[in-house]
Amino acid sequence: MSERNAILGRIREALRVAATRPGSHPTPPMSSAAAPTPASRDRAAGKSTDGFARWLPRVGAGFDELAAAFAAASKELRTDFHVLELEAGADILLGALRDAQGWQRVASHRDPLTTRVAESLGLPVLWTEGGYDPLELERCDVGITACDLLVAQTGSVLVTSASAGGRALSVLPPHHVVLARREQLVSDLPEAFRRLQEKYRQRYPSMISFITGPSRTGDIERILVLGAHGPKQLTVLVW
Amino acid sequence: MTAPATQFKAAARTLAADLRHRSLIQTALGKYEVKRDEMKARFQDWEGARQAAADIKFEAINHLDRYLEQFVARIEARGTKVHWASTAEEARQIIVGICRDRRARRIVKSKAMTAEEIHLNHALEQAGFKVVESDLGEFIVQLRDEAPYHIVFPAMHLTRGEIKDLFERKLGDAPSDNPEVLTMVARRVLRQEYVAADVGITGANFAVAETGMISVTENEGNARLTAALPRTMITLVGIEKIVPSLADLALFLPMLATAGAGQLLSGYNTLYGGPRQPGEADGPEEFHVVLLDNQRTALLADAEQRDALHCIRCGACLNVCPIFRNVGGQTYGTTYPGPIGSVITPHLRGLQEWKHLPFASSLCGACSEVCPVKIDLHHHLLQHRRTARAAKPVWWEKLAFRGFALLVNTPWLWRLSLALGRVGQKFHGLVKGTKLDPAYVWTQSREAPALAGQSFKAWWRERGRGTTDHGSTGRRTKDQGPGTKNQGSRVTSHESRIPEERPRRSDDGRHGA
Repeated sequence: MSERNAILGRIREALRVAATRPGSHPTPPMSSAAAPTPASRDRAAGKSTDGFARWLPRVGAGFDELAAAFAAASKELRTDFHVLELEAGADILLGALRDAQGWQRVASHRDPLTTRVAESLGLPVLWTEGGYDPLELERCDVGITACDLLVAQTGSVLVTSASAGGRALSVLPPHHVVLARREQLVSDLPEAFRRLQEKYRQRYPSMISFITGPSRTGDIERILVLGAHGPKQLTVLVW
Repeated sequence: MTAPATQFKAAARTLAADLRHRSLIQTALGKYEVKRDEMKARFQDWEGARQAAADIKFEAINHLDRYLEQFVARIEARGTKVHWASTAEEARQIIVGICRDRRARRIVKSKAMTAEEIHLNHALEQAGFKVVESDLGEFIVQLRDEAPYHIVFPAMHLTRGEIKDLFERKLGDAPSDNPEVLTMVARRVLRQEYVAADVGITGANFAVAETGMISVTENEGNARLTAALPRTMITLVGIEKIVPSLADLALFLPMLATAGAGQLLSGYNTLYGGPRQPGEADGPEEFHVVLLDNQRTALLADAEQRDALHCIRCGACLNVCPIFRNVGGQTYGTTYPGPIGSVITPHLRGLQEWKHLPFASSLCGACSEVCPVKIDLHHHLLQHRRTARAAKPVWWEKLAFRGFALLVNTPWLWRLSLALGRVGQKFHGLVKGTKLDPAYVWTQSREAPALAGQSFKAWWRERGRGTTDHGSTGRRTKDQGPGTKNQGSRVTSHESRIPEERPRRSDDGRHGA
């Protein structure tokens, strides 16, 4: 407690002198300086800052445009993204992946979207509810999860420890399959955060993650390699 | 010279001449620049986003006490234990203490610059724990027992061949120098660690006051695994990482990725608000957050440079800095290299010992231009120089500037030195670049510019008389000397400036021969 008071005391002491705003130092930087922007005005007026969308990359509206944006982002990120007509399409597509990649074990969690699809593969399923042995999960070939949202702007999948079977299921198996409904596809990051807050305001899960593409690294000569630690493959199915 | 300054100079001299290093860094940063510009162009208004981000960090840092208390209250409500550390030593003790109490043996760590700052791995190893860095770049530099080269790309100074040799030596496994093959070797080795480790340690990119969460940005998934499998999770976070609201991340996450790595969004952006909650499938039983001051409040007390605490550690200023690109990251001998490092290190570790860093700058301002939160970096570098010299003047510098002032204020002396210089430079070639050269300090690595054949003043005077016919400037004066009736507009505009010149002429008369 004393360290807490000591640090907060030093902060309060330091803040007694008002700071110089960036861009208004005696030798200002070359970029055009600081007229108050919509954001600073909104903030000063205590309003929310939903206006971020006006600076971020533009996204369309309506499912078709959003799906096209998500598909374009997925292509860059090397996510496999499929829009399906019917739920049965998921069974067919995953059945083909199972055969092509020789899946032996599946991991998933109990959810209206995942339960039936995971069982339809006809393989032993590790369910993560109520705890599991990490070594068992590590031996699974694929993790099948639901999600909270898909973000068209960035091609991201939003998962939480509540919606996607815990923390490890979406990142430990070498292939992550995400199942989602059409209405879960949203336009941009500000919208995603708004929905997140609406859904969980009363009780946030302990982990919230925006997954953007399969696991990747460029740590060796800045050359892109997929599957550094997390999934080498990310498949997103929407119907 | 201080020891860090001597080390810096020696290392800088070696690396600036190292062509292999140069080509490696230029290639890596060239790729980065292309992607960064591509992503910036996708923003509807990158400059507007910068201003908004700067405003948000300004708000957070200038109400830091309030937001920190809010952050702590919210994250503790979910069962997190928060620790406060004034110094690096305290932070090390807290973390070593947690590991001891849990009788931990193995620790897995994801990338955290704050951990580098307090030399955490060393302290943990001293206390008998095995610590494994899980980020691939950090894993590589840990195997080499060296500091990260760059705050975002720790191993960017190594070739695939060097990494292959390293893996062969240390892991006994490196089938080829293909980056994919090497990455898979690391993946295999590290997978065991996540499952076996008792404690996982992470850093944080942001701490959200509104909801009491820390946010971790990464591409590999190693932080996700570090925070998922071990029983105890510890996050070390600098107190300046605060942002007020959760929605602020909608702006900061894409800006961090764009400025830092040329991605629109990094692979995993993850918020952690507590240990495993009732009904959740997994996650640590305990979650500890260590809030680190370590001189940040001293920087906060400098109202002029307080905005240096806005830094989100994207590394963009390093990537564009001509000094960084020539001398490399490890030359700095600091946790934070590049322009931001040269601004904050003097605050964190003492100005007099680290004042060589702000002097190692061309003041080109490229850093301030790219900073996503608009920190006035080159202004701060210049201010550090002033402060350092005001506190501890250098006698020969003062003498040299006094001599220079005398020279430029004494026209006959100035003219004499120019005349001597014009004669002298004819013979300069004989000694140029050798130790006999009086300008050796300059000419050993640079070209000395030649003096013009005629000074501006001499040219002006002759032009005024309209009689000159030598030198490259003669032609126009001959054709349209001032006072002739058919003068062009250019000359008119010259004439309009003449009254401003007069006081100087009269000065000249007063002092002149």
